[in-house]
Amino acid sequence: MKILYCNCTYAKVVPVEVKRDVLRQLSDSGQAFDAVADLCDMSARKDPALKKIAEGGCTRIAACFPRAVKWLFHAAGTPLPAEGVDVLNMREDSAEDIVKELLA
Amino acid sequence: MSRTEGKNLRVVLYEGPGGTPLGDTERFETLSTLLDNGFEVTRPVAGQQVAPADDAPVLVLGHLDMEALPPVGADQDVYFRSLTDAEALETARDVREASGARQLEAWKPWFPVIDFDRCTNCMQCLTFCLFDVYGVDGKQQITVQNEDNCKTDCPACSRVCPEVAILFPKYGKGPINGDIVRAQDVQREAMKVDITTLLGGDLYGSLRNRQQDARKRFSTERDESKALLERKRCLGKLKQDLDIPDEVLMTLPSAEDIEERAVRAKAKMEKRLARSKTVQDSRPVPTEREWGI
Repeated sequence: MKILYCNCTYAKVVPVEVKRDVLRQLSDSGQAFDAVADLCDMSARKDPALKKIAEGGCTRIAACFPRAVKWLFHAAGTPLPAEGVDVLNMREDSAEDIVKELLA
Repeated sequence: MSRTEGKNLRVVLYEGPGGTPLGDTERFETLSTLLDNGFEVTRPVAGQQVAPADDAPVLVLGHLDMEALPPVGADQDVYFRSLTDAEALETARDVREASGARQLEAWKPWFPVIDFDRCTNCMQCLTFCLFDVYGVDGKQQITVQNEDNCKTDCPACSRVCPEVAILFPKYGKGPINGDIVRAQDVQREAMKVDITTLLGGDLYGSLRNRQQDARKRFSTERDESKALLERKRCLGKLKQDLDIPDEVLMTLPSAEDIEERAVRAKAKMEKRLARSKTVQDSRPVPTEREWGI
């Protein structure tokens, strides 16, 4: 199981307290993870790193709306697999719920 | 170089063999500082999975014992730096420059993302966008081809999409931000389409026809009763705008009065002309003496 955290650095659409709380708990958890500054930025650049994230089994992604994340990966030419990917929405859900799902 | 070109530096926050673990606060602060400044960070833990390395340059950062670190392949673009020597952000910036990785700009990644589960390839977005953001691929499928051309904070193309298939993930409200598309969102879009259909499918053509109809109507409606009504309306306006008293307005002649007066004036003029001709003919031509020559 891989974990990906998106910091949504270039816009203020994810509540700061939620994303900081998720990152802090992730950082303290002893769990391996990848953190990216901004998935939108990576998608716009068609960053090959997205391919590495999309490949290789189950992934949990803490970012924003699942529909947005799905099509951001697709736009970068690296669609997410149809199964085995959970997208957790930091725009709407609480940090506690997100972390619970991420570390389950 | 455009803002969407180049590779990002990937920072690996290393706490394995050959390094000393970071404290919780230091780890979190390092992570958030690097992310807030546009770096990508991986925290590896032995026996757990992270995204495999690609060909982007890598900075291995931590409290490192440089002599005890595991070897890396000669073909890999990897830099080792110890946090005991310098601050994380400063180190990452130095390595980014040395490795030729992408220099970050403060920008808002604003561009349309197409939901192909909803898109019907109608091309409305392509014809609507003035900035050449959209194009078609080899299979004649709509695609976003020039993300850089998109105007930040403009979601107009998503509003014309009849299928609610265009997202702007940085937008504030749903469904444009990627939130679930609800029945009322689709109905709203369908209503837009219906309006266009009602107008004959060509909005500008419809407006032109309406203008022509109005002109035609104006020319056929010029009858007397409407003219009188119009006159009455104008008088009312005169009274209101120029503060003309009712009694003055009452003395203004009616249309019949004016016509009758015109007939009388015409008859009088003809009579005068006839008399004048008679007088001129009967009078003798003046002599030179009479003229005083």
